Amino acid sequence: MIAELGHFALTLALAFALAQAAFGFAGASKGRLDWMGASRSAAFMQLILIAVAFGALTHAYVTSDFSVKNVVENSNSLKPLIYKISGVWGNHEGSMVLWVLVLALLGSAVALFGSNLPPSLRSRVLAVQALIGIGFLLFILLTSNPFERVFPAPADGRDLNPLLQDPGLAIHPPMLYVGYVGFSIAFSFAIAALIEGKVDAAWARWVRPWTLLAWSFLTGGIALGSWWAYYELGWGGWWYWDPVENASFMPWLVGTALLHSSIVVEKRDSLKSWTVLLAILTFSLSLIGTFLVRSGVLTSVHAFATDPDRGVFILGLLCIAIGGGLALYAWRAPKMGGGGMFQPISREGALLLNNLLLTTAAATVFLGTLYPLVLEAINGSKISVGPPYFNATFVPLMAPLVAALAVGPLLGWKRADLAGALGRLKATAGATIAIFVIVLWAAGENAVWGALGIGIAVWLAGGVLTELAGRVGLGKHPLGEVGRRLIGLPRSAWGMSFAHFGLAIFILGATAMSLWQEEKILVMKSGQTAEVGGYDVTFNGVQDKRGPNYVALRGLFLAKRGDSTPLNLIAEKRRYVVGGQETTEAAIHNSWRGDLYIVMGGANEDAGQTVRLYFMPLVNWIWLGTLVMVLGGFISLSDRRLRVGAPARKSTSDQRGAEAAPAE
Amino acid sequence: MKFLMILCGTLLFANAAIAVNPEEVLKDPALEARARTLSVEIRCLVCQNQSIDDSDADLAKDLRKLVRERLTAGDSDEGIKKFLVARYGKFVLLRPPVQGETYLLWFGPLLILLLGGIGVIVFVRRQRAKPAPANEAGLTADEEKRIAALLKDNS
Amino acid sequence: MRRALYLLPLGLFLWLAVYFALGLTKDPRLIPSALVDKPAPAFSLPALYDGAPGLSEKDLTGGVVILNVFASWCVPCRVEHPLWMQLSKEKILPIHGIAWKDTKSNAINWLKQLGDPYDLIGHDPQNQAGIEWGVYGVPETYIIDRAGRIRYKHVGPLYPEIWKNDLLPVVQRLKNEKKAS
Repeated sequence: MIAELGHFALTLALAFALAQAAFGFAGASKGRLDWMGASRSAAFMQLILIAVAFGALTHAYVTSDFSVKNVVENSNSLKPLIYKISGVWGNHEGSMVLWVLVLALLGSAVALFGSNLPPSLRSRVLAVQALIGIGFLLFILLTSNPFERVFPAPADGRDLNPLLQDPGLAIHPPMLYVGYVGFSIAFSFAIAALIEGKVDAAWARWVRPWTLLAWSFLTGGIALGSWWAYYELGWGGWWYWDPVENASFMPWLVGTALLHSSIVVEKRDSLKSWTVLLAILTFSLSLIGTFLVRSGVLTSVHAFATDPDRGVFILGLLCIAIGGGLALYAWRAPKMGGGGMFQPISREGALLLNNLLLTTAAATVFLGTLYPLVLEAINGSKISVGPPYFNATFVPLMAPLVAALAVGPLLGWKRADLAGALGRLKATAGATIAIFVIVLWAAGENAVWGALGIGIAVWLAGGVLTELAGRVGLGKHPLGEVGRRLIGLPRSAWGMSFAHFGLAIFILGATAMSLWQEEKILVMKSGQTAEVGGYDVTFNGVQDKRGPNYVALRGLFLAKRGDSTPLNLIAEKRRYVVGGQETTEAAIHNSWRGDLYIVMGGANEDAGQTVRLYFMPLVNWIWLGTLVMVLGGFISLSDRRLRVGAPARKSTSDQRGAEAAPAE
Repeated sequence: MKFLMILCGTLLFANAAIAVNPEEVLKDPALEARARTLSVEIRCLVCQNQSIDDSDADLAKDLRKLVRERLTAGDSDEGIKKFLVARYGKFVLLRPPVQGETYLLWFGPLLILLLGGIGVIVFVRRQRAKPAPANEAGLTADEEKRIAALLKDNS
Repeated sequence: MRRALYLLPLGLFLWLAVYFALGLTKDPRLIPSALVDKPAPAFSLPALYDGAPGLSEKDLTGGVVILNVFASWCVPCRVEHPLWMQLSKEKILPIHGIAWKDTKSNAINWLKQLGDPYDLIGHDPQNQAGIEWGVYGVPETYIIDRAGRIRYKHVGPLYPEIWKNDLLPVVQRLKNEKKAS
């Protein structure tokens, strides 16, 4: 009954989406406030109905209703409640319902909070959102219905995959979806603006908070996935350039470019048609990612159960949404006037460079991911494009970007004094060179790359601090005044500083992990000691353990470093009783210096136990860096100035700094 | 094929760490290092999104052994890659070879950067040539000087 | 000119969409053989049955033959097995087998249980011949011509329709080939 209710709710939601689109477009073009109001109401109804559907599906999982096919395939009565719930979106059909739920949620948010938008713009945005909703609701109803029943209902579900029963993996999809789907708002704004024929600073101001929201969640979602892979999969890798990872990374790169170019639109009324294009492209990449993951076109460990029929449908959606968007762009964008002028050396120029490098990087990842597909279709040749390609092409693109990133915020708008900016970075340069030399001297292997990587991280960090110091007048004003200014800094400034600083921290961790991992593969007998990463690790034998739904072989280890207290660490090899899956639970000891990471291998007959000992230097800086970046995004988001529709009057207590007032 | 995929999925998620086993490790550290570097660039054909260095699949193990055997026999890195490509096709190399059909792949990023760069330069030049629109919040030269002074004062 | 530039993103996307559509018709996991049109690799395997002759590339010349790679632990091999039994009864062409990465007893028992359609069977527990042939999974089937060159490879279980529509025509073409020259 409840499943049917859910199904019905989805169908009704489709009807409301149709209404939302119709009333939205018609109301905007005819200027009828009542129709535009109807569009808003439809958005709320859509949200309620999809929430009901999502609730119905969740109910089926929570009550282990095995007459629902989706529950049978993806759940089991033995699963803990939390994982029953996360199982709702851990499969293709359920995740699509989550997708449209987030879409409806964001649409309703625009309907609710967009009262400072001109009604026609808001209506059109809602209408475009509704169009997207129509496409995906049709997709669900026609090809991926989660509410299908199965008769007779089996006694229990089929899936008890232990890997999916993990908190990190549970939150990873919802965060990613807020990211992917969040960019649909920027897309809708772009389409609406193209229809209206007008892009101005106000438009950019309205788009920015939505883009920031999507960006922050996408950053967090990607980082979570990476972190999960690191601690769960047992060999310490955190990024594989797997097609599905790339599918999430491309919207991130272009979304970052969008964030930055929209600043130029807002402040200087320039780069308008480029920004609109980026807004269309970011969501297009989200859609293409959806296609790649669910159609079976590329191999990936992440791919959902694939089905060419679904692939065809999504491809159709892509053609309509992306094709339509880009066609509209080709038609209407040339009419958009240019805006403020600027010299090449200026804040605008720096942001333009930022965009150039980010979009080239995204294009490179795109090229590498799709090249095998296209090449095979052209001449039948089957090649692989793996991590060696991406590392060789992506890193050289990012290096100049990061280097410029330290300087960019120090440049003024319109025309900047590069020499002056570089002059302010003298201390940073000094620190960078010093650390470069130290790393070069102290590091064993990979010294040059390591020094470069760490050097650039220090350069960026120094640049961020220099910019902050400049804003608050450190050195020029008494500390009290400096402190007051620091507290009074607009949140968007803090957000920027956090995000850029987070990137520096991330680069530090990524450099160390890529270059200086230690690994020892040994057969150890009980009582034997081996050294890794400064730790003396003693193997103290194995013991058997019976878990709630698994049996495990536990390896007992004692790790000692210098005079600190010895650590008891346990690594396990588990075999799950019901499904027979085997997992490894690595023993991980975290520290800022790095992780001690111990994995049990197979027993080696009478020779002992295969053990892999790893030291993962600075790995936690990777997660810390991304966390700081996400924080930066949220801090920026909380800046009221960015959310108020009409530009705020510049008050006298506002900081006069590099962050110029909106040119209105 | 489906069996392979299920096998892979389980293997990937299960014993992922058990890739190189102690008994596979060569005695000569230099040769072993070469083996590891090579292995990272060879695709596991069973669990296709891993290298043979990472993959726990049986075939990956066979190929790791093969690589080490040939290294011990004195083959060059290129020779070993050629050996594998002759039998498994170019698919087995995670670093695509630089040949006619992959020129666009390898030079593409640079090409895109150059084209984009030209686009940027053209754009910047062209919009500089335009006279400033009347209603733009432009600043007179005098105001510019004052702003510059104020900014310097702020920093 | 400027207008053309604005059309570029759309054009690129539509071009890409064509390849997406083509990609939907293909299996990304399938690896085409690098050995098609090349001579069968040199290999020498002991026989699966004690006392029987082993299998080497010399056994693959002189006529159009089939080489099938199988294993007792392989489920799709079980699925395609009846077809091999049928084909060996029809005596269309010799069918040789390689018992791949399997123990002697397991392979022999499997054949005892399901029937033995093969003329010669090589035992390859260590994947020595397999690597030479570019075998990356089971089952795999090769068609070799009179000159001992590999002319076709099929990966995965062989269903009757695939045999009829794809492999049989190749076999017939190859049989007629020598007669022509």
